[in-house]
Amino acid sequence: MTLTVFALAAIALLALIFGALLGFAAIRFKVEGDPLVDQIDAILPQTQCGQCGYPGCKPYAEAIANGDDINKCPPGGESTIKELSALMGVEAKPLDAAHGVEDVKKVAFIREDECIGCTKCIQACPVDAILGAAKQMHTILIDECTGCDLCVDPCPVDCIDMVPVDVDSSHWEWKFNKVPVGDIPIRQMS
Amino acid sequence: MTMLSLSSSPHHHNRRDIGQVMRLVCYATIPGILANVWFFGFGILIQVVLAVITALVTEGVIMELRKKKTERVLKDYSAVLAALLLAISIPPLAPWWVIVIGTFFSIAVVKQLYGGLGYNMFNPAMAGYVMLLISFPMQMTSWLPPLSIAEQSHSLWDAIHTIFTGFTSTGFSVEQLKVGVDGTTMATPLDEVKTALLQGYTVTEAKSHIMFDGNYGKGWLWVAMAYLLGGLFLIKTKVINWHIPGSMLASAALLSLFLFLLDGDQYASPLFHLFNGSLIVGAFFIATDPVSASTTSKGRIIFGAAIGLWVIIIRNWGGYPDAIAFAVLIMNMAVPLIDYYTQPRTYGHKTKASKDS
Amino acid sequence: MFANYDKIIERISLNQLWDFPGGVHPPQQKTLSNQASIEHLQVEKTYYVPVKQHIGLEGKLLVSEGDKVLKGQTLTTSEAPFSVPVHAPTSGTVTKIANHVSAHPSGIPELTVIIDADGQDTWIELDPVPDYAKASKSELIERICDAGISGMGGAGFPTHIKTNNSKPLEFLIINGIECEPYISSDDRLMREHAWQIRQGIDILVHILQPKQVIVAVEDNKPEALETMSIACQQKINYQVVSVPTKYPAGGEKQLIQVLTSREVPANGLPIDVACIMYNVATCYAIADAIVEGKPLIERVVTLTGQGFKSPKNVWARLGTPIQSLLIYGDYDESQQSSPRFIMGGPMMGFTMTSVLTPIVKISNCILVPADDELPNPEDERACIRCSACSDVCPASLLPQQLFWYSKAKELEKAEEYNLFDCIECGACAYVCPSEIPLVHYYRQAKADIRNQKEEKEKSDKAKIRFEARKARLLKEKEHREEKHRLAAEARKASLSTDGGGAKDKIAAALARAKAKKEAFAKQASNAPHMTDSAESEKTKAVSVSEISTEVAVSQTAQGASPAKDGPEDDTAANKETTEL
Repeated sequence: MTLTVFALAAIALLALIFGALLGFAAIRFKVEGDPLVDQIDAILPQTQCGQCGYPGCKPYAEAIANGDDINKCPPGGESTIKELSALMGVEAKPLDAAHGVEDVKKVAFIREDECIGCTKCIQACPVDAILGAAKQMHTILIDECTGCDLCVDPCPVDCIDMVPVDVDSSHWEWKFNKVPVGDIPIRQMS
Repeated sequence: MTMLSLSSSPHHHNRRDIGQVMRLVCYATIPGILANVWFFGFGILIQVVLAVITALVTEGVIMELRKKKTERVLKDYSAVLAALLLAISIPPLAPWWVIVIGTFFSIAVVKQLYGGLGYNMFNPAMAGYVMLLISFPMQMTSWLPPLSIAEQSHSLWDAIHTIFTGFTSTGFSVEQLKVGVDGTTMATPLDEVKTALLQGYTVTEAKSHIMFDGNYGKGWLWVAMAYLLGGLFLIKTKVINWHIPGSMLASAALLSLFLFLLDGDQYASPLFHLFNGSLIVGAFFIATDPVSASTTSKGRIIFGAAIGLWVIIIRNWGGYPDAIAFAVLIMNMAVPLIDYYTQPRTYGHKTKASKDS
Repeated sequence: MFANYDKIIERISLNQLWDFPGGVHPPQQKTLSNQASIEHLQVEKTYYVPVKQHIGLEGKLLVSEGDKVLKGQTLTTSEAPFSVPVHAPTSGTVTKIANHVSAHPSGIPELTVIIDADGQDTWIELDPVPDYAKASKSELIERICDAGISGMGGAGFPTHIKTNNSKPLEFLIINGIECEPYISSDDRLMREHAWQIRQGIDILVHILQPKQVIVAVEDNKPEALETMSIACQQKINYQVVSVPTKYPAGGEKQLIQVLTSREVPANGLPIDVACIMYNVATCYAIADAIVEGKPLIERVVTLTGQGFKSPKNVWARLGTPIQSLLIYGDYDESQQSSPRFIMGGPMMGFTMTSVLTPIVKISNCILVPADDELPNPEDERACIRCSACSDVCPASLLPQQLFWYSKAKELEKAEEYNLFDCIECGACAYVCPSEIPLVHYYRQAKADIRNQKEEKEKSDKAKIRFEARKARLLKEKEHREEKHRLAAEARKASLSTDGGGAKDKIAAALARAKAKKEAFAKQASNAPHMTDSAESEKTKAVSVSEISTEVAVSQTAQGASPAKDGPEDDTAANKETTEL
């Protein structure tokens, strides 16, 4: 009987000590890191295009943190999925085609003489990259445009085009197969 | 307009490819093999042929299974070299299945299962050797005495016969071939000394055995010298760097010298260690295997030196008389660590590469 | 700070230099082209002058299509500090200003001024500096900039930026190493124009005031070494040094290490170790610009390789399409199964994408190799970790690790292993037994990292703008709601304090109006008509304000989006009602 009491007491004491230790450690060695959502948000391309079904990158980041699939971001493409899978510790899946396909980088371009100045695209732009006022011609700030495509649909006169961004020589990625001549000299064996 | 052909700089190449490098190493073993034939008979040649055939067949089949360009891969001669190194490491008259199993293991398991050339963590020849040594200790320790002191001589035909049937054409077994002119069974010099020491004799007493010619085992000194010649040829042609063989021989010599000075009766002299057994082959041909060795200059010195230490430690206090294979395998495991901590200082940086970022 | 200055001087005078780690010794092949003197070319029919031929920004165009230009006329101005002008290589007409294939490995078209020569080759009026020793530092630097000079050794760094130095300078190093195999343009230039190079050095000394000038020439060019020694012998602080032949001894960082044992810090410039380096061709161009007043419109180009029947060195105008040079060097088609033309040397040059690629300021060589001379590499094999690459790396990198990380796109790790300290000299790929195009992987990784960084910056900006927009929209909405809420409260308050509420007020107002009307009606028979109409209008106004009040109230109650100035109207109406 006393033995049982003693054992129970000992275990209780141990539990108390370890509990205290753990509690102490939790406070003392608290990791001050980016909350998960911010880390995910940092990986996403910030086009704010909404192709994932959420109104912007941050909301999608929140959704991923809550367990949504990581393959819904066409502008980010493979590389984003790869990074997300590394961060989240889940398997990298191919891009979900339901949300769109990976495309070359584009920016919006307003054919200015056709613009009627309706401001609808201005309201649609998630990053305020369109300049203009009611009944005035609008124009795109190319440097700010993320190529999200959201301004194209609202335009009542269809004067917005998505044009691919030209690669200049300083941004060339040393891919010979993308050169006009088109020869692929670097034969690589796996 | 005509299409121009494109390429990425440098457009120049020194035209020495893997196949050439591996072939040069193979050539460099020739003096050693010839010396071995001269002193110990034709057995080693049969082993080399068996090993090379096994290696090529194994590698070829696996390449077909992996759907790679078989011919191109075989032409890199890496399988041939691994087989060759294994063949020169085992007793010359070991049964044919020993070298076949060993080579198959080296190529199929140690090399290809780890991803093929460039990805294997362990030295294929040495991993194969260790596997054989542990699995077939009897066959793997049946070393022959030099022909000059053997009671029975054997011809090329005898060697082939023995390897495939266990007996010479005249009916002698390997055990009988091992008997020397004094009527006792012979072993390697290292083995002889180790056994004698265990029985309470001193090193000097052990070396009074008939197989010794002064400090060195008969024949063994010249075989080692022949391999040394091949090794120096490799350094001269810049196939290998001096770092690994240099540091390995130096550290082995230093440690054995220290022990020898401490107690000359218990521990053999540095020269004894260098030229009996496979230290020279190990230093120039085995530890220098690029794939499983360290990749930085400093790392190579550490890698070589540590192998040298392990060899002397195992020879003196371990269970095996020679220890190149174990020493190399142990250090193979340490390579990633060594590489990580011996990164050279990059031009214009104050500290080591990964620490200042 | 640089305590070893005297030691360096001593060792240089004894010709005991230092060494750099690694390096390779590819076959030199210089004799192919360095036997004959530099030839002048006839005037071409058409020149293609790219607007940007250096590192930095392009200048602003000064000419337009159809303009007549003279030889040496400025085509673009240097507006930003990092821009360098370009000049017309001959007299003629600007036929077109359009994108034309660039002298870049990608061949991506860039803005180019296309000039049709008139055959007269008439110079503009030249404006030399009579005595540079009396000219001010800033004037000379401006002249160098206006002459369009940028580094002619390969990188194309604007010379005026480099020359505008205010930090302490010990060594002015003149680079005549030319360590790439095949190329001999600097070699010939030194042999034939040592005196003018010396003039260029004098000008630089006047501007920069270095303690010591070192002219470094590789020991495989004994003739150039001799002519430079003769040209510099009168100057006591000019030292001509013979440097052992080893590739890449001519790299800026490597040469500084060989001569001074100093290392340019990572992300630093040579001036951080009190050195500045100029190529001999740049010195020649500086002398031309100051003494003759001529802008940079031509340079020495080596035509070499077994694909040329008569390899040689030529003075080629900037903008000459290489097509003409192929004809001039007698291109032998039978030597090549498919045409391959390299601009630069075999180690760092790049293949051109078109025969219309123009010669630019950095083009020192056109190399046309025969098929078996510089064969295209075979397919790469697996890396066998032999470390031949790290043994030859002049920057003491671990090319093998960089290769793994670059190939696996582990760019962060690659950066950690100092990928950006790679000078792309190609020594690693030259010795690789697996024939892995290592440098190609590094370049791709570098481009990826740069583009990713840029993209990251852009996405950060987009994120900020998106958040800002969201915040703005939210604030606007809150603001609106707040206003409505206040308005509703105010109305409620006013209604409750009045006791009877709006209806009573309206009733009272109506009653008053009625009473007044009756009173008017009584007076009507006595009074004139005018008054009557005025009064009735007043009544109308009251009723209007009453209606607007009602509308406003109902809207607020429903919480629907109101007219913007609704609340003000409300209050106004209330006031009016109260007054009434």
